[in-house]
Amino acid sequence: MISLRGVVKSYDQKTKIVDNLNLEIERGELIVLVGESGCGKTTTMKMINRLIEPTSGEIFIDGKDISLFNGNELRRNIGYVIQNVGLMPHLTIEKNIATVPLLCKKNIEETNKKVIELLDLIELPYQEYADRYPRELSGGQQQRVGVARALANDPDIVLMDEPFSALDPITREQLQNELLKLQEDLGKTIVFVTHDIDEALKLGDKIAVMVDGKIIQYDTPEEILKNPVNEFVETFVGKDRLWKTPDMLKAEDVMRRKVVQIGENRSVAHAVELIKEHNISELLVVDKVSDKPNKLRGIVGLNRLKGIGDNRIKMKDVMKVDITKIPSDMCLVDVLNIRKEKNIKYSPVVDEQENIVGIISDTSIVNVLTDIVPEREEY
Amino acid sequence: MELINYFAQNYQLVMEKTLEHVFIAGVSVLIACFIGIPVGFMITNNKKVSDVVVNIANIIQTIPSLALFAFAMPLFGIGAKPAIFALSLYALLPIIKNTLIGIHNVDPAIIEAARGMGMSKSQIMFKVEVPLAIAVIMGGVRIATVTAIGITTIAALIGAGGLGQLIYQGISMMNYQMIFAGAISSALLALLVDYILGIVEKKLTSEGITVKDA
Repeated sequence: MISLRGVVKSYDQKTKIVDNLNLEIERGELIVLVGESGCGKTTTMKMINRLIEPTSGEIFIDGKDISLFNGNELRRNIGYVIQNVGLMPHLTIEKNIATVPLLCKKNIEETNKKVIELLDLIELPYQEYADRYPRELSGGQQQRVGVARALANDPDIVLMDEPFSALDPITREQLQNELLKLQEDLGKTIVFVTHDIDEALKLGDKIAVMVDGKIIQYDTPEEILKNPVNEFVETFVGKDRLWKTPDMLKAEDVMRRKVVQIGENRSVAHAVELIKEHNISELLVVDKVSDKPNKLRGIVGLNRLKGIGDNRIKMKDVMKVDITKIPSDMCLVDVLNIRKEKNIKYSPVVDEQENIVGIISDTSIVNVLTDIVPEREEY
Repeated sequence: MELINYFAQNYQLVMEKTLEHVFIAGVSVLIACFIGIPVGFMITNNKKVSDVVVNIANIIQTIPSLALFAFAMPLFGIGAKPAIFALSLYALLPIIKNTLIGIHNVDPAIIEAARGMGMSKSQIMFKVEVPLAIAVIMGGVRIATVTAIGITTIAALIGAGGLGQLIYQGISMMNYQMIFAGAISSALLALLVDYILGIVEKKLTSEGITVKDA
């Protein structure tokens, strides 16, 4: 849909505000450009509607080089929302929303219909609000109108430059939620700029973290949280972030990957040997140990093996078969709830094909948490 | 009482002088508008040029009006022409300055939004800057007009006519009724014109940006 190739922006030939930037944005995606102030995120966004012209490099929309379009016409077909809203104070809400369609000399009746539809969408009833002036509206209502105005010409792409940063936290959250809903209903391609990583994580289908004019990581919020490419991203996202958003922690993130398996026909002596050798307290029983993924039969802990001298007793005779398997994508909160409810010590984790991928024990959870809980002062 | 008698007896003369007065001041302000407003718009984007222009206008303002009329005489002779020339120069400063202020006061966010929506430069000027700055520009025009009506009385000294003529004749004839007739008419004229321009200003300004009476 939008693709930036080798885009450079420099004002003095020396410092590059945007440095050889490549970015591919799919249709219908909401992507967030996030970074500290001065990282080039807004410049990058403004090059998409040519408010700023790149020094070099190319930008394509639907495969067409945008430098070949007339700048004003290009902008009329791309929605634009800015932090300070920028509604025309001398025009009524209705006229504000109708600005772009009227610039494009669209049919007045059709435009009128569109205005009614959009006011309905942002939940400001036409009858009550159409003839009001921007100053009669609250900050949140004004930015809603700002969004409606950006949608009035039915653009495929909407650019948003820190649209919610100036709002109070409660209104900001409302508008974020409304934007998510809007995005779901309308499926616009949205490029959203913010310095607020919380906002980025909440809204973005994909997030591009920018530093010094470069994108250093372009990924889904989950990936950015779990696998930050470098220390900068990790600090920027916040080391304790994962802990604050336990919804994003899955079973596979807290499990221990190293599991010791044993064939169901092996003897007790063999099992004891394995336990000693690996210095663990439980074995996962499978059909037959192999390098391929294995299906779980049962589980054997040290307690079950104590006092059994008879070597004819096999694993399948002593193993605990009533086990609660945890799908690897189950979220941490649910895992903890199940473990508490059923008072389970070991929870084997399986993938979609029911193959063993790991095991969750109290120790494995604590290990993960100590990694992500913020470092505190030493005592 | 005697003043009222004077007005009653010299009704036609006072009317005639008032119309002359309105003509001189009016034409001067109109010329100043036609020059000052476009100049104000042209120089908004260039700080250096706008500083120079405002300074020149400031210097003109400091020249005593009588001296300016005297300077204008070698160029235009005597009569209404040099008066209109000098008055136009005086009227330029408030008009240029207020045009500049009016445009500078337009919230940059609004201009950015307008550009982002794909308005051309002239569309931004006529659909955004002019309507938003009109109240301030009109304020300048009102100041210029009131000042011009006042200074026009002095223009009588270079033979331009107007209500000033009554005042100076009155002085030389020691006729106080005549002096007052000229002075009061001139003051009333200034108040009336300012009031009318105030109404025009209100009509031109969108309801969305007028300051509501507290």
